[in-house]
Amino acid sequence: MPEIKVTPLGAGQDVGRSCILVSIGGKNIMLDCGMHMGYNDDRRFPDFSYVTQNGRLTDFLDCVIISHFHLDHCGALPYMSEMVGYDGPIYMTHPTKAICPILLEDFRKITVDKKGETNFFTSQMIKDCMKKVVPLNLHQTVQVDDELEIKAYYAGHVLGAAMVQIKVGSESVVYTGDYNMTPDRHLGAAWIDKCRPDILISESTYATTIRDSKRCRERDFLKKVHESIERGGKVLIPVFALGRAQELCILLETFWERMNLKAPIYFSTGLTEKANHYYKLFITWTNQKIRKTFVQRNMFEFKHIKAFDRSYADNPGPMVVFATPGMLHAGQSLQIFKKWAGNEKNMVIMPGYCVQGTIGHKILNGQRKLEMEGRATLDVKLQVEYMSFSAHADAKGIMQLIRMAEPRNMLLVHGEAAKMEFLKGKIEQEFSIDCYMPANGETAMVTTNPSVPVDMSLNLLKREMALGGPLPDPKKPRTMHGTLIMKENSLKLVSSEQALKELGLNEHQLRFTCRVQLQDPHSDPDTLHRVYTHLKSVLKGYTIQHLPDGTVMVESIVIKVSSSAEDVNAKVLLLSWSYQDEDLGSFLSSLLKKGLPPGLC
Amino acid sequence: MKLYCLSGHPTLPCNVLKFKSTTIMLDCGLDTTSVLNFLPLPLVHSPRLSKLTGWTSKDGTVNLEKELKECAGRVFVDSQPEFCLPERELLDLSTIDVILISNYHCMMALPYITEHTGFTGTVYATEPTLQIGRLLMEELVNFMERVPKAQSATCWKNKDLQRVLPGPLKEAVDVWTWKRCYSMHEVNSALSKVQLVGYSQKVELFGAVQVSPLSSGYSLGSSNWIIQSHHEKVSYVSGSSLLTTHPQPMDQSSLKNSDVLILTGLTQMPTANPDGMLGEFCSNLAMTIRAGGNVLVPCYSSGVIYDLLECLYQFIESANLGTTPFYFISPVANSSLEFSQIFAEWLCHNKQTKVYLPEPPFPHAELIQTNKLKHYPSIHGDFSSEFRQPCVVFTGHPSLRFGDVVHFMELWGKSSLNTVIFTEPDFSYLDALAPYQPLAMKCVYCPIDTRLNFHQVSKLLKEVQPLHVVCPEQYTQPPLSQSHRSDLMLELTPPPMPYRRCSVLNLPFRRRYDVLLTPISESSSWFM
Repeated sequence: MPEIKVTPLGAGQDVGRSCILVSIGGKNIMLDCGMHMGYNDDRRFPDFSYVTQNGRLTDFLDCVIISHFHLDHCGALPYMSEMVGYDGPIYMTHPTKAICPILLEDFRKITVDKKGETNFFTSQMIKDCMKKVVPLNLHQTVQVDDELEIKAYYAGHVLGAAMVQIKVGSESVVYTGDYNMTPDRHLGAAWIDKCRPDILISESTYATTIRDSKRCRERDFLKKVHESIERGGKVLIPVFALGRAQELCILLETFWERMNLKAPIYFSTGLTEKANHYYKLFITWTNQKIRKTFVQRNMFEFKHIKAFDRSYADNPGPMVVFATPGMLHAGQSLQIFKKWAGNEKNMVIMPGYCVQGTIGHKILNGQRKLEMEGRATLDVKLQVEYMSFSAHADAKGIMQLIRMAEPRNMLLVHGEAAKMEFLKGKIEQEFSIDCYMPANGETAMVTTNPSVPVDMSLNLLKREMALGGPLPDPKKPRTMHGTLIMKENSLKLVSSEQALKELGLNEHQLRFTCRVQLQDPHSDPDTLHRVYTHLKSVLKGYTIQHLPDGTVMVESIVIKVSSSAEDVNAKVLLLSWSYQDEDLGSFLSSLLKKGLPPGLC
Repeated sequence: MKLYCLSGHPTLPCNVLKFKSTTIMLDCGLDTTSVLNFLPLPLVHSPRLSKLTGWTSKDGTVNLEKELKECAGRVFVDSQPEFCLPERELLDLSTIDVILISNYHCMMALPYITEHTGFTGTVYATEPTLQIGRLLMEELVNFMERVPKAQSATCWKNKDLQRVLPGPLKEAVDVWTWKRCYSMHEVNSALSKVQLVGYSQKVELFGAVQVSPLSSGYSLGSSNWIIQSHHEKVSYVSGSSLLTTHPQPMDQSSLKNSDVLILTGLTQMPTANPDGMLGEFCSNLAMTIRAGGNVLVPCYSSGVIYDLLECLYQFIESANLGTTPFYFISPVANSSLEFSQIFAEWLCHNKQTKVYLPEPPFPHAELIQTNKLKHYPSIHGDFSSEFRQPCVVFTGHPSLRFGDVVHFMELWGKSSLNTVIFTEPDFSYLDALAPYQPLAMKCVYCPIDTRLNFHQVSKLLKEVQPLHVVCPEQYTQPPLSQSHRSDLMLELTPPPMPYRRCSVLNLPFRRRYDVLLTPISESSSWFM
């Protein structure tokens, strides 16, 4: 029986460096190729030596698919393609293709220029890697080769995020990447049709969370920002340049407008304006409301939000600053955090998930003394707030997606083991399907039951249909007789005559013969006539002929009579039928063995 | 398997395919050439038009002077312009399961079909086709509704009277079925039935048939369609282009191995080279402006206008036209320019690369930013105060029967300094100009039709090798005006099957197999 194998190299019972290998119908696919924000050593990239110990990956992978531009999903891509070596196709949506190289370059700069690491991928490698990218459109069926096809669905989460369906013959797997089942201020909700995949591979970041309504969280967020500004504090919101940043900007922009607030809002790095341009040009990927009104008013042109300069951090008075990156692990957000951490009037709002090992994760867990590089310690006095604005599906959303797609099996990645365990139980209970949660390097195997398409000759089909009466009943299975020919990777069901002709074979007949002894004191022709009359009365609806040459034919079964040499009353009936008429033939022989009823003339 | 042909217009087709017990309408084209028989609808009162004399037959027995007006020897109907709809009697249109739209020009009859025939099915189109199609319909409705006509002429449609009418009116077909424009309400309701599809998306219809749109290279989101079951394949080719303009290139290889290929939407100007026409367009425009005259370009609000603006963007500086104002006037001008910038997925490779930078794919964004190109919803309002001459005006409708273009024809027609340049190939320019005669203004005809020509299509057919080709009868003989040009027709073996309005064709299929799906199971007893 065919099997589908799924092995996470990253994101197995963990969040970070998503990289999942899928083997289906003889094809190998890599889903995402991310980096881990919590590590600075070799562990930051997936362990590609799992695929092959030496040499390039090209021979072992049919394609690589990137779900969206977040670095934990694409950060290892240039390393994988240019340093380990992969020349096959890499698929991603247009917005991902546009934005991903910018974030990769940003990542490279921080690692190489600021931290001084060597042996890292170069700008040229990012460019060479992007040349291997084939853009994907939503719902387009892309034929990777003759057998493997992929299709992208809208995933919400960030601009250009996609879920992908991978299909070989009638076997299929859906990988969700990161997704969001509720529309937000700038993106729509994920959607998939009832495609019934063999496995649905879903993220499970918020496996145990059921979030309250978005509206409450937004009100809460605005209230906290407002209070802090009122008492003259500074608010730091660490974000990634694209995604939550735009949503929170829209939120603050409208709030500032309504409340007529004057405190400045800044957005760090030169990425802002560029980022907003991407949203304007890829407006078809945003939510319905923004798409409908973009001609009159483009939501991504902000009036109150200005570009940030490093020197502004020391300005007196209240301000709100959006700074990258979002987990406080490096860059500008970390610099500002260090400056402002000592003042209890200030506030940092973490709007998303933080990976273990990052400063964001530490302060969210209540750590108040931080060890910085060079043995310095930092006292955290400012208020630390957490607001879940990251656009992942919560437990309710994950269940909703399962109902939409109706998978035969479920597989969880991109989450914490304990939380996954809980969700796994819920899924198995509610949907009665198996749920897997392999750790990194562990393989989950799922046996599939695919249908095999067979081409049936129309002539044969018509002939066989006619045998079963005029109206075939679609609800009842039917037995058909034909010859199956396997040729050039295709299966054909044809009549035996056609098969013989096509294969250039002579027909061999296989006949059964059988002798039945009877006690019947009549002449041979009389006995034969008695047999004829008997069969005629028993077998209604069959063609029975008494031929002049001294035989009786029941359909194509031949019956003859001969006398026994020793006993004149004993007769021998000779029956002969072909293999195809075995059912009727054996029925007749057992019928005649019971003898002829008396009283027949 | 049958094909019902509801439109005789080769570039505005409307065919119905009955295939494996599904009924599929292929395109929903609206033949708008009928409006040429009507008087223009002026935006402001036109003394010239109102003074035209009414028509009575020579012997005086037929008097239709209220409905028909004479102008420069031709007779026009004085009523709101009407359109020639797809045939509605050939089959029961309520039985249609789906409508496949290939491009935004081929969907203009949609509200007539979906709203008034009991249609309950689904319409499939790409997102740009839907959005731009909506704009074009909105524009059409707006053009009609903002100048309501008090009377509507009906007497001339009487069969007995039509026979004695002069000129083209006498030969006009099915005039009693001609209809006025639909309303915005009908447009919205029709378009709410559209389901969006992407290129190469496989859409299953009732498990029996699979349809799939392919890029056709003609306009934003334009598509050809593959309609197939396991063993039969029909390709439907509508407006397609192999030229490098703004849309994504045409997908040719997916058309291979068709049993039947339905071929429509070839170029209407087989002898006019689009590049040459573009050159002529620019030089005539520059000449007129230098001489102090104005240039009027009657055009649709989407499509070739994007290429014209791009061409002008490069041409303006070199021709020293940097200070000449360019105006684009249409109720949907702004939307059309904005929408063109957001369909990166549907653009050619060069334009996609610009979006990755991120920069707007079309340079008209820069023309607008630098104030060289201005757009207005109509001649009323801001335009009247900001308007400077000499200038270049792009506006619709290309038939010259309604829209803001009527105003400019009346305004500039009397001066030989001005030029009207026709770029759209859908209307004969002489017919379009007829109700404005006598005219002093210069007229230049540079039709730009990027659709396949006969040379390109025969090469394409050689490559994709369909078993049978079905096409409008116009393609099986040279054009009437050039009857010696045997290269301007399709010559194929076997010869193409021609259709005309109201034809019903039996499509030839030689199907020998059907598909069974067999589950593999451990207890399988296949091989005993």
